[in-house]
Amino acid sequence: MTNEHLKNRLTEKFGETLSGFEETYGMLTAIVPAAMNLKVMQFLYDDEALKFRFLTDIAAVHYPDRKGEELCVVYHLHNLMDNVRIRLKAYIPIDQPDIFTATALFSGANWMERETYDYFGVNFVGHPDLRRILNVDEMDYFPMRKEYPMEDPSRVDKDDEMFGRGGSF
Amino acid sequence: MSENNIAPHAGHHIKLSDDSLQKTTTTLNLGPTHPATHGVFQNILEIDGERVMSAEPTVGYIHRAFEKIAERRPFSQIQPLTDRLNYCSSQINNIGWQTTVEKLVGIQVPKRVDYLRVIIMELARIADHVVCNSVVGVDTGALTGFTYVFQYRELIYEIYEEICGSRLTTNIGRFGGFERNFTEVAWTKLNRFMEIFPKGWLEFEKLLNRNRIFMERCLGAGPITAERALNYSFTGPNLRAAGVDYDVRVASPYCSYEDFKFDIPVGTTGDVYDRFMVRNGEIWESMNIIRQAMDKVKELDPNVYHADVPEFYLPEKKDVYTKMEALIYHFKIVMGETNILPGEIYHAVEGGNGELGFYLISDGGRTPYRLHFRRPCFIYYQAFPEIIAGGLLSDAIITMSSMNMIAGELDG
Repeated sequence: MTNEHLKNRLTEKFGETLSGFEETYGMLTAIVPAAMNLKVMQFLYDDEALKFRFLTDIAAVHYPDRKGEELCVVYHLHNLMDNVRIRLKAYIPIDQPDIFTATALFSGANWMERETYDYFGVNFVGHPDLRRILNVDEMDYFPMRKEYPMEDPSRVDKDDEMFGRGGSF
Repeated sequence: MSENNIAPHAGHHIKLSDDSLQKTTTTLNLGPTHPATHGVFQNILEIDGERVMSAEPTVGYIHRAFEKIAERRPFSQIQPLTDRLNYCSSQINNIGWQTTVEKLVGIQVPKRVDYLRVIIMELARIADHVVCNSVVGVDTGALTGFTYVFQYRELIYEIYEEICGSRLTTNIGRFGGFERNFTEVAWTKLNRFMEIFPKGWLEFEKLLNRNRIFMERCLGAGPITAERALNYSFTGPNLRAAGVDYDVRVASPYCSYEDFKFDIPVGTTGDVYDRFMVRNGEIWESMNIIRQAMDKVKELDPNVYHADVPEFYLPEKKDVYTKMEALIYHFKIVMGETNILPGEIYHAVEGGNGELGFYLISDGGRTPYRLHFRRPCFIYYQAFPEIIAGGLLSDAIITMSSMNMIAGELDG
């Protein structure tokens, strides 16, 4: 099954709703509207020719310049039988970052989505237990978003000028 | 005290508070500091006598925000971060990162570099599995095996020390190859290791493989079916113990793994004994691969140890002092001023625990725009409550150690 064949099957089934088809470093990437993420993943799971039954990873990326679709949730799926991978991206707005959970389809999505929520604040609708996983529970911001600096700016004990950095790095 | 506020999420099926007369199970806190958990993991267990009813794991005690730090570091400064993911086999993480960036940028490394990398990675795999299996022995009470085989792990560390200077978190290799060629002493140490390790490991196997007490402890403890393992996105020895022969080295070969002949040991029930035996088998296969690599390296030019990529690989010091281009390249590499090609790549290697993936998005700057590590240990640890539910408490302990939970990889 080649990427060309895979792209044809997807456009056959979903038509114009899927866009942004790209093939980078051998992997087909497609942009899926956020409301359709489960439909596309279910189709890729059930279809006997496609069989994407392994969820490799869920991650998110923050693009502050894309107004209205700042957060991108990225799903990597893998067809272990034919050894083909696919990347699906769903863009969601940062002021309403809702997207359906994949935990019903893949049990492994549970902690992957908790991590994405912890880092970016993506709200996975329907997740059985969406709470922070790696950071402290009391944290009230989402640290991987681009507006948060890497180091805590409120610290007064470190003198950045002496370390050769200084200011906002 | 009508609210169970010590363990707010434990025991999903237990709705009664601690002082309710109808509550028949005990809430037990396992960790985060506990000698049997081999790392910082907390589990709040609901146990009924000796049986575990449910478990609630808490992770993140060693979360160091690698993904955030990586957005602020030039690419060669991210390599020491990768060391500290699965710190028992950090060389695989290092080489995984190097191969990811080389694939992004389009660097072709010479065959000798590939074969040397294979030797390093397989030694790391042996070291990781030696630790895991001997620790499974310790958790069942067999401390002797552990103390004997750690001497062989020491020999592996001495090989790494000869090549790169460090033992555990090695930061070994650079983009394009290795920082220095393997010395004669390194080859001597490697030959000695390959000569004496098989006898030592055979001794360890004789101690435990067909040992009645060990088998009765481990057979049937903490099993998982292949369907559930795949649904939980298991990879690595844990998935292979359940019966699925997925190995990244075979499915998507990197570093010339396609030039090697090796088998993939596979189990059936995915229980502790199967995981133990799969890791044993992988140690023998790794030794097989190292021997093949050592033979292949003999036929190649011994002076080649890196690709010719001046933009990424530091020039010789004598050139830096005399030639202008070398000086500029040295400056740019050390100060991290090389702009990396924009692009998006997901590259995976077979780590000690499974598919270690690097999802890298570069926007053409000197640091990544986004770097996400697909950490196999984090992903399969979420199956732990399901695996141990209904089993005995002592089975839960050996299940945790047989799944090879490395805290560094779990938290990232």
